[in-house]
Amino acid sequence: MKGYNFAYLDEQTKRMIRRGLLKAVAIPGHQVPFGSREMPLPYGWGTGGIQVTASILGTDDVLKVIDQGADDTTNAVSIRRFFSLTAGVRTTTETVEATVIQTRHRIPEKPLREDQIIVYQVPTPEPLSKLEPSKVETRRMHGLADYGLMHVKLYEDISRFGQISISYDYPVMVNERYLTSPSPIPAFDNPKMDMMPALQLFGAGREKRLYAIPPWTRVKSLDFEDHPFRAINAPHPCGLCGATDSYLDEIVTDDHGGRLFVCSDTDHCSERRAAGHLGTEALRDAAE
Amino acid sequence: MTDQTLLSGRGLSMTFGSIAALAAVEVDLWPGEVLAVVGESGSGKTTLLNVLSGRLAPDHGVAWYRDPAERLHDVHAMPAPALRTLQRSDWGFVHQDPRQNLRMSVSAGGNVGERLMAQGARNYQQIRATALDWLAQVEIDADRIDDLPRTFSGGMLQRLQIARTLVTHPRLVFMDEPTGGLDVSVQARLLDLIRSLVARLNIAVVLVTHDIAVARLMAHRIAVMQRGRVVETGLTDQVLDDPRHPYTQLLVSSVLSA
Repeated sequence: MKGYNFAYLDEQTKRMIRRGLLKAVAIPGHQVPFGSREMPLPYGWGTGGIQVTASILGTDDVLKVIDQGADDTTNAVSIRRFFSLTAGVRTTTETVEATVIQTRHRIPEKPLREDQIIVYQVPTPEPLSKLEPSKVETRRMHGLADYGLMHVKLYEDISRFGQISISYDYPVMVNERYLTSPSPIPAFDNPKMDMMPALQLFGAGREKRLYAIPPWTRVKSLDFEDHPFRAINAPHPCGLCGATDSYLDEIVTDDHGGRLFVCSDTDHCSERRAAGHLGTEALRDAAE
Repeated sequence: MTDQTLLSGRGLSMTFGSIAALAAVEVDLWPGEVLAVVGESGSGKTTLLNVLSGRLAPDHGVAWYRDPAERLHDVHAMPAPALRTLQRSDWGFVHQDPRQNLRMSVSAGGNVGERLMAQGARNYQQIRATALDWLAQVEIDADRIDDLPRTFSGGMLQRLQIARTLVTHPRLVFMDEPTGGLDVSVQARLLDLIRSLVARLNIAVVLVTHDIAVARLMAHRIAVMQRGRVVETGLTDQVLDDPRHPYTQLLVSSVLSA
C-alpha cells in the first residue's frame, strides 16, 4: 500500500519491539515494557498483538488471525485485511498453512509446530492485578517470586465454591519462575501451552507490556495437590462436526431454549466436516 | 537462656530532617524473651521497631539477626529476597491496626493460610486444617472460617492478625501497640492470649507500647525511650518499681494506679 511502511509500523518502532521481544524470550514469562504506538484500532481490539505481528512479519509469512477461535469474526477479518493491505502478505484460515497466527482468546485445536509463531492479544498482562492494585508491589512480588497471594485466591475459590472457579485467564507458572497471565484463553487451552513447539509471543497495547514463552518451555497451571487443575469444557459433542475433544461455543438458536454447541475453532470444525465427520445438527439438516 | 542474642541493634541512629528519631540506640533481644519498648508518642519507639525489622534503613548503626543455623545477618545488608523470606517465615509483624496486615477481602481462613501458601504449602485440606487449628487457638469460632474480616469485631480482627502472623511459628515477632484502640476488657483477654501463646511457642517479642500496664504484664525486660534515646533498660519489675532515670520516674508516676 502506498504511503505506508511495510506492515504499517516504521522500522525504528519494529526494532524497539523486536528488542523487547528478545528480552522477553530470554526471560520466559517476564513482562517487558515497550513504547506502545497508536494503532488504527481501539485499545482492547488487539493493539498489542497487532504491533507484535507487525514487527515479526516478513514478506514470505502466511498470516492467520483468529478471534475466539473463529476466522470470520469482525476482529479477525479486519486485522487480516489490515495486514494484507499494509504488508501484502498471504493470509489463510488454515492452521497448518500459517507461519504466524495472531489470536484473541483461543489456541487452535491443531497442535502447532516449531516453524510457527503464535501471537496473543493481551488485555491485562499482570496476573496479580486483580489481587494487588499497586504495580510497584506486583513488580516486587515478581522479583522475589512471592506468589502466595495467587494461591490465596485459589484457596478462596475452593472454600467458596468447592472448586477452582477460574474458567479463563487461568494463571500459569512459566519455566518454574514467573507467574504469568495466559491472556483470556479458556482454561481448556492451558495444557496446550506446556512444552509447545511453537514460539508464543504476548502483546498488551494499552498496558505497554510484552512477554513470551519460548518453544519447549514448562508451563504449569497453578493448583493444589488435592484440587488439581482441570480443563473445563461443555459436556457435549460438536453439533456440526461431532468432535468431542475440542472447545465448544454455546449458540442460542431460538427463543424456546434451543441451543447448539459447536467448535469455537472454525478451521478445525470445517476441516472435520470436509473429512466426513458430521454432528447431530448437521445430520438433521441433511435429513430435512 | 543462652548468652547468644537473637537480635541486637548497635549504634542505631536515624533522623527525619532535624528530628532525631533514633540516637545511638543499643538494644539486645534474647531467644524467647519479651522486650517492651515504652515511651511517649514521638519518642522513636515505632521507628526503632521499623528499623529492627528491616522496614526502614537507619542512617548509622547495624541490626544483627542470628538465624537458626547460628549465622549472623546484618538486617539492612541482606539481599531483598532473603529479607522477604525472613519476614514471612521466621519473623512476624503485628500492627496496631489489623487492617494494615489483614486482607479485608479475603476470608479468615485465607488470611491465616497466606503465609503457609507463600512458603509453598500446596495441600488445600492441610492448609484448612491448620487455619482451623489457629482460629481455635485465638478463640475464633470454627464456623467463622469462611467469613470476611470486615464482619469481625475489633478484638476478633486483632486475634485474627495474631493467628495469621503466628501460623508459620516465627521465632521473633514485632508488635506495634497490639492492644491500642481496644476497650479494656477486650485488651485484657487479648493480652492474656498473647502472653500464653508467646510463652508456649517460645517466641521472642519486641513490643512497642505507651501503656506501662501492658509492659508490666507482658515483658521480661523493658527499654524506656525519650527523644530517640534509650534512657533506661532493665528487668521490667526493676525498672518500674525502682526507676532511676528522671524521665522513667515521671513516666511511672504518671500512671494512675487503679
